[in-house]
Amino acid sequence: MNSLVFRLTLPILFGYLPLGMAFGVLFTTQLDYAWWAAPLMGVVIYAGAGQILAVSLLAASAGLLEVFIAMFVLNARHLFYGLSLLGQFRRAGWRKLYLIFGLTDETYSLLTSRPRSQDTLKELDIDFRITAFNQVYWVIGCILGALLGRNVAFDSTGIEFALVALFIVLTIEQLKALGDAFPVWVGAAAAGVAMIVLPPAHQLIGAIAIVTAVLLLQYRNLRAKPAAEGHSHV
Amino acid sequence: MSDTVYLTAFIAVAAAATFATRIIPFLFFERHTEHPLVKHLGRFLPAAVMALLATVFLQRSADWDAALPGFDAILAGTLVVIVHLWRRNALLSIAAGTATYMVIRQSGLLESGVIG
Repeated sequence: MNSLVFRLTLPILFGYLPLGMAFGVLFTTQLDYAWWAAPLMGVVIYAGAGQILAVSLLAASAGLLEVFIAMFVLNARHLFYGLSLLGQFRRAGWRKLYLIFGLTDETYSLLTSRPRSQDTLKELDIDFRITAFNQVYWVIGCILGALLGRNVAFDSTGIEFALVALFIVLTIEQLKALGDAFPVWVGAAAAGVAMIVLPPAHQLIGAIAIVTAVLLLQYRNLRAKPAAEGHSHV
Repeated sequence: MSDTVYLTAFIAVAAAATFATRIIPFLFFERHTEHPLVKHLGRFLPAAVMALLATVFLQRSADWDAALPGFDAILAGTLVVIVHLWRRNALLSIAAGTATYMVIRQSGLLESGVIG
């Protein structure tokens, strides 16, 4: 069974090792904390973009409330992964908590796209192993990167741009999956407004509030439209 | 707060926030998965948040006092977009943009000279 899981997760190995290493290098070259805190974050936080954002929050000695909100919102997409797996995880028993903990973008895409047999318990066991294998790849990447960043002397000025590049890539991927540029413009415009009217420490939270408000308004308008048409016929 | 205490608290808070996003649906939404508002946010929120983060951090990585203000970040960011649309390989796009930004920053290419 483990060789099947290894084959299924191989593409994720190739994604997680380099990205985990990028995080590890970033952590040890940008910050003065002990190197092993990088893999520790891979064990207890286990979120790619989240951990890379965490490096810049640590560098800025961000307040803990800001850390919570920034991490929560960055990972808010996971809320919607869970929603589509409620049924699949229902009978997972003791494995359920770890399956939920390990629900990264890549694990989610694998768990929801692989073919499943009728044997629910066996399939849940495979889901569990996939999740564990993926986290092991990620933590190994974090360790390798942290050791590399600590032991190899090179000028790392500007390496923090990896975070910006990652967000750009994720935006393009979201845009392609959605086929609708509206939310991208809302996000960029909200960021622009927040950066003009707010001091740096409150810009992220402010922009997030604007985005949420606009999406709620859009929802209300979409719901109101059919109702209004209904009235005009009366 | 000492460094170790801050780092420990930081990791605990970051872990709690991340885990919260993953477990909340299982705690509170067992019966609301079909609610249209949940579906609406699920469709649009992730893209909006990514664009928001890309914009904020792109602006913060730019040197606005250079001779060509902001060009370091704008050039590298544009390269990420082009490479990603071309090959659609996330690691390649990130590596190309980051390497370019590092070269610009370390060489001081856009800081003075050309115009000023």
